[in-house]
Amino acid sequence: MKPVDFTYHRATGLDDALEHLNAAGEGAKLLGGGQSLGPMLNLRLARPRVLVDVSSVAALRTVEPARERVTVGAAVTHAEIEDRPVSDVIERAMREVAAGIACRAVRNRGTIGGSVAHADPSADWPIFLVCAGARAHVRGAAGARDVPMPGFIRAAYTTDLAPGEIVTHVEIPRAGGRARFGFCKLCRKAGEFAEAVGAVLIDPERRCCRVVTGAVGPKPVVLADTTRTLAATAMPPEPDAIRAEIAAVANEHDPVKLHMAAVAVRRAIDRALAAYAPSHDGDRSGSGARTGLTFQSADI
Amino acid sequence: MSTGIGARVPRKEDARHLAGKARFVGDLSFPRLWEVAFVRSPLAHARIRSITVPERHAGRVFTARDMEGVRPIRAESSLPTYKPSDYPPLARGKVRFAGECVALCIAPTRAEAEDIAEEVILDLEALPAVIDSLAARRPGAPRVHDEWDDNLFLTTFVDGDVESVKERAAVVVEREYRTARQCMAPMEGKAVLARHDERKGQLVVYTSTQVPHLIRTGLSQFLGLDQADVRVIAPDVGGGFGYKCVLQPEEISVSWAAMRTGRPLRWVEDRREHLTAGANTRQHHYRLTACADGRGRLLAVDAEITVDVGAYSVWPFTACLEAAQAGGNLPGPYALDVYRCKTFSVATNKPGFTPYRGVARPGVCFAMELTIDAVARAVGREPADVRAENLVPAGAMPYTNVTGKHYDSGDYPASVAGARRMIDLDAVRARQGRSLPPPGGADRLDAAPACRSRSRPLPDPAARLDTAHARQDHAERPARDSRRVDAMSARQGSPGPDGRLIGVGFSTFTEQTAHGTRVFGAWGLPLVPGYEQATVKLAPSGMVEVRSGNHSFGQGLETTLAQIASEQLGIGVDRIRVTMGDTGETPYSTGAYASRGMVMAGGAVSKAAESLAGRIRKHAAHLLQTGADRVSLAGGQANAAGGASVSFEDVARAWYLRPDQLPDDVDTQGLEVTEGYKPEVDTGVFTYATHAAVVAVDPAIGSVEILDYVLFEDCGRRVNPMILEGQSYGGAAQGIGTALFEESLYDENGQPLTSTFADYVVPGPAELPAMRIEHTESLSPYTRHGIKGIGEGAAIAPAGAVVNAINDALSPLNVEINEIPATPRRILAAILAAKASGPNEDGRRRSP
Repeated sequence: MKPVDFTYHRATGLDDALEHLNAAGEGAKLLGGGQSLGPMLNLRLARPRVLVDVSSVAALRTVEPARERVTVGAAVTHAEIEDRPVSDVIERAMREVAAGIACRAVRNRGTIGGSVAHADPSADWPIFLVCAGARAHVRGAAGARDVPMPGFIRAAYTTDLAPGEIVTHVEIPRAGGRARFGFCKLCRKAGEFAEAVGAVLIDPERRCCRVVTGAVGPKPVVLADTTRTLAATAMPPEPDAIRAEIAAVANEHDPVKLHMAAVAVRRAIDRALAAYAPSHDGDRSGSGARTGLTFQSADI
Repeated sequence: MSTGIGARVPRKEDARHLAGKARFVGDLSFPRLWEVAFVRSPLAHARIRSITVPERHAGRVFTARDMEGVRPIRAESSLPTYKPSDYPPLARGKVRFAGECVALCIAPTRAEAEDIAEEVILDLEALPAVIDSLAARRPGAPRVHDEWDDNLFLTTFVDGDVESVKERAAVVVEREYRTARQCMAPMEGKAVLARHDERKGQLVVYTSTQVPHLIRTGLSQFLGLDQADVRVIAPDVGGGFGYKCVLQPEEISVSWAAMRTGRPLRWVEDRREHLTAGANTRQHHYRLTACADGRGRLLAVDAEITVDVGAYSVWPFTACLEAAQAGGNLPGPYALDVYRCKTFSVATNKPGFTPYRGVARPGVCFAMELTIDAVARAVGREPADVRAENLVPAGAMPYTNVTGKHYDSGDYPASVAGARRMIDLDAVRARQGRSLPPPGGADRLDAAPACRSRSRPLPDPAARLDTAHARQDHAERPARDSRRVDAMSARQGSPGPDGRLIGVGFSTFTEQTAHGTRVFGAWGLPLVPGYEQATVKLAPSGMVEVRSGNHSFGQGLETTLAQIASEQLGIGVDRIRVTMGDTGETPYSTGAYASRGMVMAGGAVSKAAESLAGRIRKHAAHLLQTGADRVSLAGGQANAAGGASVSFEDVARAWYLRPDQLPDDVDTQGLEVTEGYKPEVDTGVFTYATHAAVVAVDPAIGSVEILDYVLFEDCGRRVNPMILEGQSYGGAAQGIGTALFEESLYDENGQPLTSTFADYVVPGPAELPAMRIEHTESLSPYTRHGIKGIGEGAAIAPAGAVVNAINDALSPLNVEINEIPATPRRILAAILAAKASGPNEDGRRRSP
């Protein structure tokens, strides 16, 4: 379990990184925190000739909170997001997601850009970013461009990145003040990759709602029907309906896996809605507090 | 403060471990040392057509063809029906599991050695793989060993008149159980470094082993060397658990290559090698029938046990230790009169089976403990009561059971009572009864519908009991235990407010420890452990040196042996140095396994230290001008009855440096003693315990949280209660891994699917409960100080306790889990299956 022989280059800046990436061509690989690439190198599943380490490139390590959106540099670590209580896009959603990734040792090194570029179907950030309606910003020799998250991740471990391109940052819209986020991750052991993930955003001010299933199928997917029902009623759809939609969009037919995925989605919805539940006495449905929460033509 | 037996002395070895200064095989360095990587078979079963080594790597790659004169590993046994296997250190003719070593590559670094290994071309002709042990038993199955006419290493049979008992039994419980294949996953995997010592003319092998003297014997035997030409040194070893008590093929091939090249060579097992090619263990299948009376008193047990032992029989313990132990230990702590058991040790295209902490007993304990609970449900009684009533009572000790096991001492039912008190069974039952269905049942995806689907009115428990008694009158067929399910369900209620179901489970075992000559002889093994020796010496400085051929690899023997010597010599453990693991410095020992270290090595040290104490008193008596019988040892001094004293240093100085102070007729045996020890009755001394667990099962996702876990143990005299607790925590953690997490999976072609820790899941701190431990001390009448072994014990019971608790929790859903690990997937699949088929007519439970 030792890697193949490779050349290591610690990039001094974004241009330097791009230059080395392009010079090496197909044989080059970017190294962020190395929390996925490291094991893949040791298992010789990844066999690069050149490793370009971008983990200390200053341009990739910035966080820019703006009124409408927050941009997070690709080399920002999970731990930095976990520890930074300010500038979250939806309440404490990003902190919560970051804190649930693996263990602290992994979070200290792993980066949000690495997670997006690696596109593990079970990874937390791609699921969150799809749910939050984020865009991935990339740069290559031909210049910069940005791609909406659902489209950026094409399949398991496959993204829209062209050879020679780097994920520079992700841009996440800031949700409204009444927005709520629900996240449910089912895994066998604390810190393991999830068996099923549900992520839910309800944002009445922006008339925006998204229900996402992750770790099922090759990539995180917005459940359009479930989202519409939730947006229209502020109530979760029937379990069977959620299950059927996941089966269809994720092309998943294992009943146990589907069941877990549906429970994860359902619990994420419950958690998001729970924020609106007013009291413990009487109105258990929370329908009173959810008044004004429904919106027919939601942006998914 | 005494540092003798019973003292909570901090471990001597921790000083170097905590400072990161311990020396493992991976830490050693020698001039010209190169590293080894193996070419391993990519296929589970294939004929080797050719192995091609690129010209540029000549002299860097070795195959079986190069190893002329090296014998295959062959573990003989005298057991009838046993067939030995030839296990060449590098594959010859065929490969029989994915990961089997085919070629050995050397280079200055491991990475370069792996580069070379990648370029060796194997031309293999794939053969049908034998993967499922039940299918492998069928006639016409492909064969792992061509020269055999089936796939059976061994079959054993113990007969008993079960049939006649069946006819009169009030309840007959039938079950099928499965336990997963596992890996032991010590922190340090295997590692071996071999070099030639020119001055001594010896092959010196540093290896991560529990049994250095055995490895020396094995290496000599299979390499064709005289034992005098081999020295084996086990340096610091990072956990063994049984994996390191057998001779590994890599130990032979690396030693051979070091002799061939004249260069020190090292191989360090990496985690992928460990998870795919080493340390396979635990995979059992059971068909079990238990007959009981209307109160749940066991009348007979009938079992068929199939053990998937993999491709090769390991040396020296063979592929059959597991099944032989399983058959002999299934009745466990229970008083049982009628027993029938057939075992099959089946060869498959998987790595060879190695004995793992508890050897067979985690499997048999799981099977037996689930059966006890099933019987209890069948008769509608509290499982803890039925369990306690079936155990061998204290008054019957010493007791020889139905398989001839001689239980030396103890109060087994008291351990159930102890665990019951600790876990507060009544409170758990009350909590289950208090649990309310979720409000309206509307909001839960699963638990509520599952409860709702049980539309039948809950039966009256009393009525059910009557039915069972009435059954004998009808007597068409034995009552199925599951008729009782609803009786318990009625009491155990519904999900709690969070939708989770609470359950409690118990598990009791007795463990044969430090079994000696007669027992191992009966298993027909090529090596029979008998006497254990130890050397104890008073050094010129007044320090005490203890040398044992046993080894300390995390279980604290380095400290506990010092405590035994401290007890006998009246000197603190800080003045006692313990040397182990080096065949060049220690008397022969078969090593540390079978929970024998403390009993055997401890006994030997005790005896040698006692002799040394006598000599010290004699020498001191000269110096003190008194009689030896008037001298006692304490505080590192020899004290005369009148109050005068001399230090150990004075005594040592007189013997080594100033013999003029001693009389002419001094005892010239000096101050160094080697003694051998064997317990008076060496069929083993029996440790026992009851574990109890409370779990919460989330029926929507199949997850299990252990809310509470207790151990009530008895291992005779405790030498160091703190080390013992550490052993118990660690063992129980491994057992919880067995119960809920760990599983080595293979596909239908024998490809390993769990090759990293991402796939092979071991529990971590977040998954483990805060355990509570209590002890009693039933001294063994047969051993020095009344000590019994405890190294393996705590790993045995958890699967029974945890799964019994899960089944207790799931009983309202008519679901029973009979396979481990009880993963969320398995539990959920069982729940979904039960829901899909709706309320069952015959009340029979479902398992996946």
